[in-house]
Amino acid sequence: MSGNGSNGTGFIGASLKRKEDARFLTGRGRYTDDINLPGQLYAHLLRSTVAHANLGSVDTSAAEAAPGVQAVFTGPDMEDVGGIPTGWLIHSKDGSPMVEPKHPAMAIGKVRHVGEIVAIVVAETRDQAREAAALIDIDYQELPAAASLEAARADGAPLVWDEAAGNLCYDWEVGDRAAAEAAIDGAAHTVSIDVVNQRLVPNAIEPRAAIGNFDPTTGEYTLYTTSQNPHLIRLLLGAFVLGLPEHKLRIVAPDVGGGFGSKIPHYAEEAILTWTAGRLARPVKWTSDRSEAFVSDTQGRDHISTATLGFDEDGRFVGLKVSTQANLGAYLSTFATCVPTYLYGILFAGPYTTPAIYCEVEGVFTNTVPVDALRGAGRPEATYLLERLVDKAAAATGIDRVDIRRRNFIREFPYQTPVALQYDQGDYDATLDLALEASDWDGFEARRNEAASRGKLRGIGISTFIEACGIAPSAVVGSLGARAGLYEVGSVRVHPTGSVSVFTGTHSHGQGHETTFAQIVAETLGVDFEAVDVVHGDTNAIPFGMGTYGSRSLAVGGTAIYNAVQKVIAKGRKIAAHLLEASEEDIEFADGNFTVAGTDRSKSIGEVALTAYVPHNYPEGLEPGLEETAFYDPLNFTFPAGTHVAEVEVDPETGEVELVAVTGADDVGRIINPMIVNGQLHGGLAHGIGQALLEHCEYDDEGQLVTGSYMNYTMPRAGDLPNFNINHNTTHCTHNPLGVKGVGEVGSIGVPPAVINAVVDALSPLGVTHMEMPATSERVWQAIQAAQAQD
Amino acid sequence: MDDFQYHAPSSVDGVLSALRGADDGKVLAGGMSLLPVMKLAMAAPSDLVSLRNVPGLSDIEDHGHCLKIGACCTHAQVAASSVVRERIPALAAMAGRIGDPQVRNRGTIGGSVAHNDPAADYPAACVGLGATIITDRRKISSDDFFGSMFETPLEDDELVTAVCFPIVDGAAYAKFENPASKYAVAGVMVARDSDGVRVAVTGAGAGVFRVAEMEAALADDFSADAVAGISVSSDGLLSDNVAGAEYRAHLVTVMAKRAVEACG
Repeated sequence: MSGNGSNGTGFIGASLKRKEDARFLTGRGRYTDDINLPGQLYAHLLRSTVAHANLGSVDTSAAEAAPGVQAVFTGPDMEDVGGIPTGWLIHSKDGSPMVEPKHPAMAIGKVRHVGEIVAIVVAETRDQAREAAALIDIDYQELPAAASLEAARADGAPLVWDEAAGNLCYDWEVGDRAAAEAAIDGAAHTVSIDVVNQRLVPNAIEPRAAIGNFDPTTGEYTLYTTSQNPHLIRLLLGAFVLGLPEHKLRIVAPDVGGGFGSKIPHYAEEAILTWTAGRLARPVKWTSDRSEAFVSDTQGRDHISTATLGFDEDGRFVGLKVSTQANLGAYLSTFATCVPTYLYGILFAGPYTTPAIYCEVEGVFTNTVPVDALRGAGRPEATYLLERLVDKAAAATGIDRVDIRRRNFIREFPYQTPVALQYDQGDYDATLDLALEASDWDGFEARRNEAASRGKLRGIGISTFIEACGIAPSAVVGSLGARAGLYEVGSVRVHPTGSVSVFTGTHSHGQGHETTFAQIVAETLGVDFEAVDVVHGDTNAIPFGMGTYGSRSLAVGGTAIYNAVQKVIAKGRKIAAHLLEASEEDIEFADGNFTVAGTDRSKSIGEVALTAYVPHNYPEGLEPGLEETAFYDPLNFTFPAGTHVAEVEVDPETGEVELVAVTGADDVGRIINPMIVNGQLHGGLAHGIGQALLEHCEYDDEGQLVTGSYMNYTMPRAGDLPNFNINHNTTHCTHNPLGVKGVGEVGSIGVPPAVINAVVDALSPLGVTHMEMPATSERVWQAIQAAQAQD
Repeated sequence: MDDFQYHAPSSVDGVLSALRGADDGKVLAGGMSLLPVMKLAMAAPSDLVSLRNVPGLSDIEDHGHCLKIGACCTHAQVAASSVVRERIPALAAMAGRIGDPQVRNRGTIGGSVAHNDPAADYPAACVGLGATIITDRRKISSDDFFGSMFETPLEDDELVTAVCFPIVDGAAYAKFENPASKYAVAGVMVARDSDGVRVAVTGAGAGVFRVAEMEAALADDFSADAVAGISVSSDGLLSDNVAGAEYRAHLVTVMAKRAVEACG
């Protein structure tokens, strides 16, 4: 059970200050917009102002004649290049493949959402490009919009795509419908719920940007881009869109200021900028502004679901059925189709032994910005639904909320769920107990009474959850429709003097990989932390990789690095054996030293490295050098789990919800850097609390974004958050050598239902049983009014 | 943002002549409202005339019966001013809750009143406290100054130079703020003195307004209970994604109660 990655040098498990801090905290990060190339031009992307229209004439003549303008291109200019691909083919219940319309880089004939790119204007300056774009005359022949799930699925709804009847992309299912329905029909009790999981805007602090460049002497294209996964962009852009071989296409994702999933997709902008640079043989830069980001970064969530849970007299769950409509937006973004299916439906066992589970999902096109992964990606939606339903079951039966969860916990591992996943390890009682103690759950009544004396309604809520991280293995995801593998690549180059460069196919955009991965290498190779640097984000520097998303970087990417270190040690052992005139089998490696077992004769890793590069006295037949690469394809997902507890106080006069306490008890696997792990937990909790209480991306019926700025889209601020009470109970992942699981998405998955359960608990004395996210003041006030009107 | 001519004259007269010489000139004080709308191309003035070099516009003077606050006093300055905190604590507290620290350190009282945003706090403070707006050429009572949203009687070339707040017996401001923008969804300034009680509401309607029924009730019985049963009509109130008109109407009553309670 325990990982064996430690050589005892103490780097693993230490809260080392981040190597990244020096540049990030002094404003010296190098982001895409900080890069300027000789001869660089600037692009402005003209975007549709309407959600659905036939494109009549697009007159660019005035723009082309404007000062400084070098070129104007529209959709038909790029008609010959491939469509922007989606990464996962979903099949419907009847076996038919999803409807997958071609996604042109720029609109051809039709626009399908506000923010869709209609033209690119390239000029000597940013202002010239913007001013010229205003001269383009577009004849929008407006069509009715299908701007929401309800509108898109209504009879006679406007069609986003003619080939998608009913705006249906797919009608997918997982689990055994007959078994789940039979179990529910035969259950002693059932509870049902209708829930909306609202759309969110990701809001990475760095807006997206891209610089396309083309070297006519070599035919090599370079794209600097704000990406979480540069190799994936090279694959999709090169092989599917522009038809460029890998050796002629370099993708650089330098410092990237947050992603949260919105920088996974291969965006049309990347294809347009690269293609335009080739046409003009000059570098072309585009940088999004915040308003543009609101209508062009992929958005997240946006589900409507109905579900029924059946349980026996003792509160044991016997069957669960979930029917969900998932908004995919107007075009299929890279992981759009997979997020509400294979990252959602397979989560419905949660930490519970429910024996029969069925989930069906309609993927729906709408005239809105494309939807893709957002921190948690499918798993927050599933967890929210399940944990609200469990609270309803407790309310319906009178069984205590904690008790009903405990009665249903999985305790024997490995555990095969009815929805495809097999959990390798976990201890859900331990995190529950820890959370109850740390939150003083038992002392809540006194706090409720004290709040009541101040006129406040206090509530406490809980969620017990699992998540699935590091999606894998490649063969399985391939059989389910993934169009790429989900392994990771790590290279470890020990230099002649013993310093180490580590190359990872994952990408760090706030996660602290440069520190965490260096800790792993320093510990396992027995070298100084300062002697290790991590390189990421450049397809010309790194052998290959799949990137960072789904909390995979440590479990998959970290393991690849660990495995590469093991290869280095294995080679080093041969060199040391030669130098020590011992048999290879007698060489032990610990703390950076190769030692002949039972003796004090040893060679340090530094001496071995020098020998590898100056091979004067060297094993016969062994290659010089000390550099190894490992491709790691995991055997399974990892399964972090935990319990989150939230306490709120509601002002019954205004409906205002104050979040007064949040306690987390998390099992994220073995912890490499506790400070970074807690930082990830804090960020995820803020994100989840934002969804529960504040954030809501809204469109009007015409498909115009109502919440297109921070004046009306509420991001969580420090003042909205209590101090977080973070606790850990660690079990180790059984199938990777480090025993690690993942942490980046925990907060956004676990805490929203805890917060909403707390709000409902606070309002339950008034008769309120349901609250949608976000629990805004007005919604809470209205719920109070409605409950009082019923009395 | 489109190009514009920038002026920074060193006198009020210089400001006025720069405005008169411009096609579409705008006065730039803290820029907390003007610059965002320019950034979004919702305003494109030909000329910006900055007040930064005009001396004497950032003074706070105690005139005994009133406080005269210079137009370029920032919200942070008013919030921290010992004389404001002592003489009209409700005004200092109100200023200390405008927007966020960046806004409070840049935004000015003159800019706020001249802009007359329907969700800004200063209009309620001015009308509630019975302030007088002083310009380069005249004095205008708050009741006459604040029209519907963004409307004031200011001429195109007229500059607000100060605001005079009378010293009242007691006052308090209660605000329910938009969680995103921090503007008022419903902000109520209640003030009482020998002349009676004033209740001014910002954020809820198309412009700041007084609630005569509450003022009369409070003149008889200055207590939260006196206004608890008085509601404003939701007709004509603002409605957006944060708060519909009915909710705003409800919040006006709640904030009025809380302001009265805070008056002590």
